[in-house]
Amino acid sequence: MTEKEKYIQEFNNGLHRLGRTLMLATIALLIAVPFVFGAIYGISPELDGFLAGYAKVAVIYLPVSFVEFLVYAPMLGVGASYISFITGNVTNMKIPCVMNAQDIAGTKHGTAENEIVATISSATSAIVTTLVIVAGVLLMVPLQPVLQSEVLLPAFNNVVPALFGALGLKYFAKAPQIAVLPVLAMTLLCIFVPSMINQTSVLMIPCGAMALVIGFVLFKKGKLK
Amino acid sequence: MNEYLSQVNALSFYLIVAAVLLFITIMCLYILIKCYRAGIKIGMDKAVLKKTITSSATFTLLPSISILLGVVALSGTLGVPLSWLRLSVIGSLQYELNVAEIAAQSIGLSGLRLEEMSLQAFITIALVMTVGILGGLFFTIFFLKKYLAKLKSNPKKETNSESKPGFGAHATTAMFIGLCGAYIGAYIGKAVPRQGSDIMPLLVALVAAAAMAVFEILIQKKGKASLENFSLAASMLVAMAAAVGFGFIL
Repeated sequence: MTEKEKYIQEFNNGLHRLGRTLMLATIALLIAVPFVFGAIYGISPELDGFLAGYAKVAVIYLPVSFVEFLVYAPMLGVGASYISFITGNVTNMKIPCVMNAQDIAGTKHGTAENEIVATISSATSAIVTTLVIVAGVLLMVPLQPVLQSEVLLPAFNNVVPALFGALGLKYFAKAPQIAVLPVLAMTLLCIFVPSMINQTSVLMIPCGAMALVIGFVLFKKGKLK
Repeated sequence: MNEYLSQVNALSFYLIVAAVLLFITIMCLYILIKCYRAGIKIGMDKAVLKKTITSSATFTLLPSISILLGVVALSGTLGVPLSWLRLSVIGSLQYELNVAEIAAQSIGLSGLRLEEMSLQAFITIALVMTVGILGGLFFTIFFLKKYLAKLKSNPKKETNSESKPGFGAHATTAMFIGLCGAYIGAYIGKAVPRQGSDIMPLLVALVAAAAMAVFEILIQKKGKASLENFSLAASMLVAMAAAVGFGFIL
């Protein structure tokens, strides 16, 4: 092992220790926030509601998190993985930002230089995002009376339909052959069993499972690009 | 001003969020400096390292503004401080909104609607949003070192998996199709004329889809790739603005 390889190995081991420690500290801080918010007003979270909500979220997002971890960690390397998984927006920002930086720096995949560029890039990206959002939040504070006016209430009450309309178009267009049956099934179910309309958090589990099975069958038949 | 919104936009909430984000930012800065020094130590050109910082900063500016639009969209029901925190760490707009909706329904609300929100609902929703996304962090804490070491010792396998993608990428698309399908089905069901029907969510979803379709055409057919960063947030804002108009008509 050369001096450089030895140094990088020690450096990466240190980065793992640091990353794990900081991640644990971040997890503790993030979980504390809702409790501190509640403590200020003397209110605790609703345990049954939390458990029911978490169970539904975990069914969907634990597998997604696992797939993201498997796919993105090798692209990011040691330091950038810790930073990116803490600061989020991995798919839409960190990965393209890191790839762009590696491209500009001209580093090669699998080298120590490549990992250092990835880490510096994701850290810079996280810091810049934080600064931009801080500036925006400061600008939003004086606008609060406007943002909270009755006229804008329909806008904020319909933020979820706005999200799924836009996201639906994007994903349905990506793989229409997967989308047709689940969307049709959910539509018919909600038309003929109206009590299901306000149970989307339950519906998304069979709907997701149906889409996964259809996707897998189409993949096996080689019909997915 | 709505009492609930005054509570969730309290100065103390801003200060708590600012403290957490300050910790995370200092942590990023510390790792950045550590890596910069390591780069110099192994003989990397300072100019390359500086270029990495400037190119990453400029690359991030526009998508960051898109995230800021997400904060605006979330703040109407969850207040600015929590929206600020949630979109600055771990998740993304899609995750946060979907989980907030799931959590709202799990505590007996019809959805993430301002008139139904209470402080206890807010705190429970905040906790579900926080804990629900921690999976990726735990995978990183427990498996990253072993996983990367395994890939390094078997680079051929990694190359093979890159050249021929498995079902993983399609699985994520299928999951999101399932997610969207459940909501779209519910909006259509809700629009059917009968007692308690409401056409507004379907109309708003259709406007958002139309706006997204315009963006997709501009991105894919006209080569305006830079719009990719804004398409989701901007489509949502267009649909939310339309909701205000529908509010006057319906």
